[in-house]
Amino acid sequence: MRGLHQRLGWPGAVSLALILIAFGMALLAPWVAPFPDQGAGAPSIATKFLPPSADHLLGTDHLGRDMVSRVIYGARVSLSSGLLIVAFSLLIGLPVGVLAGYFGGWLDEGLMRITDVFLAFPALLLAVLMAAALGPGLLNSIVAVAVTWWPWYARMARAEVLALRGQPYVEAAQLMGVGHPRIILRHILPAAVRPLSVQAALDVGPALLTASALSFLGLGVLPPTADWGQMVDAGRKFFPERWWYSAAPGMAVFILALAFSVLGDALRDRAGGRRDGSA
Amino acid sequence: MGLGRYIFRRFILSAFVVVGVTFLVFVAAQVVPSDPAALYAGPRPSAEQIEKARAELHLEASLPERFIRFGKAMATGDFGVSYKSRRLISQDLAAFLPATLELAAFSTFLALLIGIPAGAFAAARRGGWLDRMGGLASIAAVAMPAFFLAMLLQFVFAKWLGVLPLSGRMSREIAISAPLAPVTGFALIDALLSRRFDAFGDALAHLILPALTLAAYPAGIAMRLTRSAMIEILERRHILAARALGLSGRRILFGHALPNAVGPALTVLGLSFAFALTGAVLVEIIFAWPGLGRYVSEAILSKDFPVIAAATLVVTLCYVAMNLVLDLAQALIDPRVTLK
Repeated sequence: MRGLHQRLGWPGAVSLALILIAFGMALLAPWVAPFPDQGAGAPSIATKFLPPSADHLLGTDHLGRDMVSRVIYGARVSLSSGLLIVAFSLLIGLPVGVLAGYFGGWLDEGLMRITDVFLAFPALLLAVLMAAALGPGLLNSIVAVAVTWWPWYARMARAEVLALRGQPYVEAAQLMGVGHPRIILRHILPAAVRPLSVQAALDVGPALLTASALSFLGLGVLPPTADWGQMVDAGRKFFPERWWYSAAPGMAVFILALAFSVLGDALRDRAGGRRDGSA
Repeated sequence: MGLGRYIFRRFILSAFVVVGVTFLVFVAAQVVPSDPAALYAGPRPSAEQIEKARAELHLEASLPERFIRFGKAMATGDFGVSYKSRRLISQDLAAFLPATLELAAFSTFLALLIGIPAGAFAAARRGGWLDRMGGLASIAAVAMPAFFLAMLLQFVFAKWLGVLPLSGRMSREIAISAPLAPVTGFALIDALLSRRFDAFGDALAHLILPALTLAAYPAGIAMRLTRSAMIEILERRHILAARALGLSGRRILFGHALPNAVGPALTVLGLSFAFALTGAVLVEIIFAWPGLGRYVSEAILSKDFPVIAAATLVVTLCYVAMNLVLDLAQALIDPRVTLK
């Protein structure tokens, strides 16, 4: 068996490792974080604004909380919002795309024009509008981003289904009198889900980037829950004198998003046919 | 499909999108917030005030009726008043829009200026150090959160090197003692019109960091697209013929190959402008840039819903219009487009 680095290349393998480490830290935060109570939000005024040192590798914030612990706890929010955005978007986009592609005609026209409307918005702005309408909070910000995200999956799913619909095995099933629901569920969906799920896994990076932008604007989780975007914003008041406050969570978003993007490139190279500039 | 039919269909689609976009903003603005009247009536309203607000906002009318009223108001530029400042939103938009458009236009210019030549050179020397560095930079640019890049650039260029101003649109000396006459609202153009070269330099210096922040991502995309388009073109026969004729490498690259890669450039133009318009929400507040983005991000903090809705709608309509123009331009340049 070939090593992972041979299959993905070194950058891809390192990125995959980084992503797995981030997931591990998020899951095991109470055990991994040096100061779990501070990571969860408990203040410790005596240690306010300490620069990075051996005790606090990334320094402390305005409430004296250890930044390493805060960043580790922040990974929970970032990763779960990235995952849930993609999951919610698939939940809407996949049925819409499959129905439009399979039945065609006026249903296709109608559903696709609706997705056009959502795609006509600059994505971040629609997310801001929705999040502002729904109010702050983790779930609301996730829904707000998913509202801008699902049309892409609807389009992809539709294209997949259009290609599958003409396949002989699907036509054979239709001629045998198999009902539409069964054809869609048993013959079309399994084949359409595969390429979509790869894309969805890679979209977790961009999705968490968008979610962090919302929380930077104050539309994400509310303090004291640790969240990277909101931490960068909180540190802005003390920037650049206490640069570590914003720098630690900012770098965390960057590194995680970078890992997803590099891994995505590696997987695409492996699958052959580079899709340059497909952002 | 002929060109005429394509243009007709594209216009119909845009009209549909405009109605749809207005409807979505209406739903978010009028239906979703728990009670618009309570927000409108101001802080800690009495039952009477809420009743009055309800009547003023026509909240008793049926939804279709309210939507038509909303659409009419938006079409005539009547965006209502800000909950917080009680100022007319249309006046605020008119004051802030030029600053954002100037920033977006300049960052688009920077993105093309950096991305296209970098992509062309990377294609000409595939696998060379420039190609590798460019590849890395374009991946990094995609993953970098705009709000964090803004702070990094401030740290390096304003605090550390001290070569560019930290924030704002004009130095205080110029803005207060000798302000520019606002003719177009675009600081650079106004400065040139009034032959104020000191103000021009000052405005340009203030423009660079926020524009660079917004240009990073589209420049990365521009580089990737130009690179792959150029690689394909450089293998075509007319390039081979030019090489056989003994033309210089640079002349082939910029005179014969690059003009064929205009398609990607147009795509990037649209993408870059859109990215700048939305990124403005994140970047303007960091650079204290007096534009729509800062207006919106401040409105978010004070839950000033009509402001958010109006600004979203205006920016989205700019975006829809721009996409329409770009699609038509592409159809005119490249006849293959209309066949889709």
